[in-house]
Amino acid sequence: MANFIDRRLNSKNKSTVNRQRFIRRYKSQIKKSVEQAINKRGVTDVDRGENITITKKDLSEPVFHQDKGGVKDRVHPGNDQFVTGDQIKRPPQQQGQGSGQGDASNSGEGDDDFIFSISKDEYLNLLFEDLELPNLEKNQLDKLIDYKTVRSGYCAEGVASNIDIVKSLQGSIARRIAMTSNKRKELKILESELTALIDDKHEHIQEIKNIKDKIKILENKIAKVPFIDTFDLRFRNFAKQAVPTSKAVMFCLMDVSGSMDQATKDIAKRFYILLYLFLTRTYKTIDVVYIRHHTQAKEVDEQEFFYSQETGGTIASSALELMVKIMEERYKESEWNIYAAQASDGDNWADDSPRCKKLLTERILPKARYFSYIEITQRPHQTLWQQYKKVSLSTEHFAMQHIETVEDIYPVFRELFKKNSKRAA
Amino acid sequence: MMEKREPLSDQCDWNFDLLNQYQTEIDRVAKHYRLDTYTNQIEVITAEQMMDAYASVGMPIGYNHWTFGKKFIQTEQNYKRGQMGLAYEIVINSDPCISYLMEENSMSMQALVMAHACYGHNSFFKSNYLFKSWTDASSIIDYLLFAKNYISECEQKFGISEVESCLDACHALMNHGVDRYKRPQKISLEEELKRQKDREEYLQSQVNTLWRTLPKNNDGLEHKKPTFPSEPQENILYFIEKNAPLLKPWQREIVRIVRKVSQYFYPQKQTQVMNEGWACFWHYTILNHLYDEGLVTDNFMLEFLHNHTNVVAQPDYNSPHYSGINPYALGFNMFIDIRRICEHPTEEDKLWFPEIAGSNWLDTLHFAMENFKDESFISQYLSPKLMRDFKLFYLHDDDQESFIEVAAIHNESGYKKVRSALSEQYNLSNIEVNIQVINAEVDGDRSLTLKYTPHQNVPLAGSKNEVIKHLYSLWQFDVRLVQDNEQGEEEIIARCPEKECDLETKKAS
Repeated sequence: MANFIDRRLNSKNKSTVNRQRFIRRYKSQIKKSVEQAINKRGVTDVDRGENITITKKDLSEPVFHQDKGGVKDRVHPGNDQFVTGDQIKRPPQQQGQGSGQGDASNSGEGDDDFIFSISKDEYLNLLFEDLELPNLEKNQLDKLIDYKTVRSGYCAEGVASNIDIVKSLQGSIARRIAMTSNKRKELKILESELTALIDDKHEHIQEIKNIKDKIKILENKIAKVPFIDTFDLRFRNFAKQAVPTSKAVMFCLMDVSGSMDQATKDIAKRFYILLYLFLTRTYKTIDVVYIRHHTQAKEVDEQEFFYSQETGGTIASSALELMVKIMEERYKESEWNIYAAQASDGDNWADDSPRCKKLLTERILPKARYFSYIEITQRPHQTLWQQYKKVSLSTEHFAMQHIETVEDIYPVFRELFKKNSKRAA
Repeated sequence: MMEKREPLSDQCDWNFDLLNQYQTEIDRVAKHYRLDTYTNQIEVITAEQMMDAYASVGMPIGYNHWTFGKKFIQTEQNYKRGQMGLAYEIVINSDPCISYLMEENSMSMQALVMAHACYGHNSFFKSNYLFKSWTDASSIIDYLLFAKNYISECEQKFGISEVESCLDACHALMNHGVDRYKRPQKISLEEELKRQKDREEYLQSQVNTLWRTLPKNNDGLEHKKPTFPSEPQENILYFIEKNAPLLKPWQREIVRIVRKVSQYFYPQKQTQVMNEGWACFWHYTILNHLYDEGLVTDNFMLEFLHNHTNVVAQPDYNSPHYSGINPYALGFNMFIDIRRICEHPTEEDKLWFPEIAGSNWLDTLHFAMENFKDESFISQYLSPKLMRDFKLFYLHDDDQESFIEVAAIHNESGYKKVRSALSEQYNLSNIEVNIQVINAEVDGDRSLTLKYTPHQNVPLAGSKNEVIKHLYSLWQFDVRLVQDNEQGEEEIIARCPEKECDLETKKAS
């Protein structure tokens, strides 16, 4: 009267829905945790999930339950020293008074924060919820970047190296059969006549000779059909197919002149991390080029980019020029999707700003997929902003935003890459 | 004497064939001891599935809610870090009685679990009076399925967030969704479904009418207003379901579902010691019986005894492992002790238990299992010998005093005190707070008043404010929680909405 059921092969993810419900409910806390995590990571370090911390207090499921205090009567096992009437000093802080009490209706696990891990995908999804890669759709439709050669059937003409022997010989056999079938039929008839004549009791020397001549002629004719003809030849055909490239390059441009302090750089760093994370969702290989500038621009590695000190004035166009140079040398726009993010505190030598605008509109924006400019400052905007503003009005894949404090970074990022946004600054 | 038979294989790895052989033998022995069980449905699952089962708090089919997800993540984390092992078994009070066996267990463990869950717990579910009168094993799976479908339907119709907040509120009051005294009526799923629609409409009309037709209190005479409800109501969820003025029909149904689930689990809360003790007693007795018949080997028994001893171990109060009295240990030893009293009574036993000393132990045990809950079971059957074995002592802790008093120990003058104190400790009405609906202001501002009656001056924990908010979200008018102060006057200890001025404006409008 027992049934055994093997459930081991049933899906084991019965709780998945509930887990998603949990994440859904604590999205705001989890997001906060995710955002804090960004700060601790390098720009390109995005290949793992993240541990999420939520304070226990936020998670509580309140119920009515008894507090400490009042009269508590408890029975405990293992009496080794007490007799009736003993008075035991109350342990300080109400703690050890029989651990059977106190945690009776609480979760009883101490007040640690609730920590759990989310997968990389969950992490990124939370980070980029509602965001969409700028301009992506349009680009994939009208500007196909990479080509791949694929087989596409056979054709009658081509170079010798592409000859398909099997196909060609099949053609040859078919042609030969087709061209000789009538003659073979005749030949067969003649041969049977011949044997008939030979077997005949009477002699038919003349007739036999005639038939033998005819047979010879026919055999010659058959032999004359060429074994292979140019007509038989088949060549493998190849076609070029366009595929969107999976390569992207991301230019990080940053002003490191004296006016940029470490806090400002940190804000910029987070912005770059976000951009990088964002790109990894679409592209397989991503190069990151760091260009820092004051009066001169220089290509550097990540460490130097964010953490080494420089002082001096500011000529933003130098960085743009270097970017153009690198683009031409290493990153052809036909092969690479080019993204760029420039961060600055807005300081620029006034006469240089129009030049920046010119470089941007003429040399960079036609090739780049997207260019974003963030200005991290608490002061009023200066010439660079005003010049860029003009650019942003005329160009769709250029975006600019103003960040004042760290808290702004995420909303601004969102703003920059808002879904289906019409960029009207 | 029992004849010796060829022993069953004691190999470590189990297979279905072997499970079947063991099950057949266990079944035979269980019948020999008159264990009456529901048909067993034994399901073999993996550790991951066990965690799923954990997360749904023992409901084989649970509706979706974030708290179960939280539970699952917690279990998974603890398990992966090695902070906890998983239970060997989970058993569901249903007909057929579903038990889960974990794939990882050895053959010996599987046999233990089968004897424990499929015969121990199973027979307890079928025969104990609380389960008989409170739960309907044959319909619970159907009801949970209905609940799951109904709730997911609601989610589609009204949105996940709406349903979730309703469930949150209900869960907060879940412990107060139980009829402690009334007997429930059994109805089948078909009836439930059939009635559900009618009830929706009927309840709604009922509620509206209730508020509309109340007589106006226009004569200036000073007579005591009839209060509503006329008697205090302890089943808060029931009161809400029937009387909350603004709840939508589907919300009432959800309140009802949570209430039903709570009611279903209520007997399990009341019989923890007995239930586990009974199951332990039987896995111990059945497997020893098989051993005596020569059906299981020494090998098998050693592994079994090792596990059994772990389960029924009781650390002393000063042990770092101590976390209160282990219900397995107490229950198991009490049943063993009852058997001893029946079979080999001492003079003391004859004095304390004249009615069972020397009686047929199997009859006595069945009677004890069928007719008691933890509280009454302990006060009836806890023997002086067991109190001595456990070295039980009773601490009286009054926060008015600067010390804790040892009120009684395991000696002649203390047995009765210790026993009644321990019994009280398992009295749910002392552990769970006593909160009752005392007044709903039907002809005024529709405010709801609840009263907390403390047990031995134990105050209510700070979470009360949060719970009151949940209650407010269901009632949707002012909710007050009061408690009598020393002068015997009612004093508000929690309210929602909190501010006095809110109250005024609401009244004005």
